[in-house]
Amino acid sequence: MILSVTDLAVLRGGVALLGGLSFTLGPGEALILRGPNGVGKTTLLRTLAGLQPALAGRIDGPAEGAAYSSHADGVKPTLNVAENLRFWAEIHGQRDIAPALEAFDLVNLAGREAQSLSAGQKRRLGLARLLVTGRRLWLLDEPTVSLDSASVALFAAAIEAHLAQGGAAVIATHIGLGLAHARDLDLAVYRPDPGAAGTVSGAGDPFLEGIA
Amino acid sequence: MSIWEYANPKRFMQVSAAVLPWLSALALVTLVTGLVWGFFFTPDDFRMGATVKIIYIHVPAATMATGAWFMMLVASLVWLIRRHHVSALAAKAGAPVGMTMTLIGLFTGAVWGQPMWGTWWAWEPRLTSFLILFLFYLGYMALWEAVEDPDTAADLTSVLCIVGSVFAVLSRYAVLFWNRGLHQGASLSMDAEEHVSDIYAWPLWVSIIGFALLFVCLVLLRTRTEIRARRLRALQARERAA
Amino acid sequence: MRALLLRDLRLAIRAGGGFGLSLAFFLIVTTLVPFGVGPEGGTLARIAPGILWLGALLSCLLSLDRIFALDREDGSLDLLATSPAPMEGVVAIKAAAHWLTTGLPLTFVAPALGLLLNLAPSGYGWLMLSLAIGTPALSLIGAFGAALTVGLKRGGLLLSLLVLPLYVPTLIYGAELARRGAEGLPVLTPLLMLAGITLGTAALLPFAAAAAIRVNLR
Repeated sequence: MILSVTDLAVLRGGVALLGGLSFTLGPGEALILRGPNGVGKTTLLRTLAGLQPALAGRIDGPAEGAAYSSHADGVKPTLNVAENLRFWAEIHGQRDIAPALEAFDLVNLAGREAQSLSAGQKRRLGLARLLVTGRRLWLLDEPTVSLDSASVALFAAAIEAHLAQGGAAVIATHIGLGLAHARDLDLAVYRPDPGAAGTVSGAGDPFLEGIA
Repeated sequence: MSIWEYANPKRFMQVSAAVLPWLSALALVTLVTGLVWGFFFTPDDFRMGATVKIIYIHVPAATMATGAWFMMLVASLVWLIRRHHVSALAAKAGAPVGMTMTLIGLFTGAVWGQPMWGTWWAWEPRLTSFLILFLFYLGYMALWEAVEDPDTAADLTSVLCIVGSVFAVLSRYAVLFWNRGLHQGASLSMDAEEHVSDIYAWPLWVSIIGFALLFVCLVLLRTRTEIRARRLRALQARERAA
Repeated sequence: MRALLLRDLRLAIRAGGGFGLSLAFFLIVTTLVPFGVGPEGGTLARIAPGILWLGALLSCLLSLDRIFALDREDGSLDLLATSPAPMEGVVAIKAAAHWLTTGLPLTFVAPALGLLLNLAPSGYGWLMLSLAIGTPALSLIGAFGAALTVGLKRGGLLLSLLVLPLYVPTLIYGAELARRGAEGLPVLTPLLMLAGITLGTAALLPFAAAAAIRVNLR
């Protein structure tokens, strides 16, 4: 088991978004988060990544942590592609960036400054960072934004390779990636019930105690 | 029964509503007693004349200025350690009161300084320290205002309050050192309360107690306002979600 | 950690990194002082240590909001927070990078500016020593302020308001050390106090700043 979530509730800006969420993710499995805008996909991923505290419930993830990726991919415009990637590799105690460059077709761009890349190329660089983290669990927030269909195929292949090596991924996305071992999770089901007292405005908000 | 029970907003509102009228009356009586006693029933100082009587406002205000910061420090620590919301709001409520006390202390210091030193302002260590304290209050309150989410604001201001306290003490000693370096001994010291004779000391103590009670009343009142504001916010959030 | 230091230095030195801006600012502030107080040499020499310290402090302040804000905007701060690097270490390294690109160069150009202000020749060494010991504290305190305001839209002005009062002790002991050095007075007390402040801030402030960043990332 790589990730196990039990009865999780998450909040954004003091308001509970999701509640009673439970799932497990084993090696080689991917979970696709579905649901309309604002349902809490980003909040869930940030909570799983440990960037914000959960309102309730348990998250049992890998001891070394997860690799998180969002719209902002931490690419520095004045560094070149290889420098950007090498920095994240070294932070994660890795050395070899060649496979990551290869997997996302960045070899020919390695010496280019990141500010001269197109949006899609920059995104590919951001995703290549996942490969140099050496982590088993990937948490991806809309990874395919601004990628063309060829790049989406590259990305899908990278995920398949990651899963085949015993990794796992939680992905918030609107498009089908054609992954073989992916499950869908519709988050709309876990919206807290507006009628139930105390669950909507941050479970048991101390400032609402004694107020009807 | 533990003291933490009052850290619950509902309980705090009940208890503070019951206590406030009595406490306000007590503060008023003590303040008036102390000030009238001090102003009208003590003799003029042989050297400073009637100007000495400004200590009945100056010293209590200055005491409360530092006392308020200390209270904010304790409340911030309680918030960081035990996550009691009332504690965070009490720290927030204490800041404007403490800042006003600092201003009163600075203003009365200047008014007192004029006849004594012939100038409205001297970079005397004690006055300078209060000026720096005033800047600390400004920064603390500005941070509360700037951060939108109230719990985030409470966390950040608490950290600032703790770090600020350390630097406030450091500044105090730095200023002492700095001014001695300039003037070779603090000839302009206003350390009045350290050598006041008993005839001035008793009304001074009553005034200090009066200011302290006034401070407690104002903080309770402001904390109640802050709690109501938070309630309103929570209700609005609930409305939006429903 | 070494990677982070190298990256921050590289980013600062490359185009648009703002390296040199604080040096230019330091020069301009120092040049403006005689226009304000008059060209009389004795006056300038007397206030030179204080003016140079104040100039260095303001130059430091100028680049503080870059310490975390850019990393916050492009998502690097999120990624660093989920990386194996401890946030306390990240803060310390970033403050070190800030010092290497502002405080250290300021220390080296200060004697040249001291010349402009008629500083006594015996004071150059003490001026450089005081800046070398004191400016790391300015960077560390500044990193703490930047961490507090990293989540705010217009945090720059607030950052100054929060940081400047915290700079008071460093400024007092730093300028006093430079002044006493120039006048040949005993310097041991301000020297020890200044070193103590720098060491104390280096030991404690990274923890406070890291806590503030974690709160701001929520």
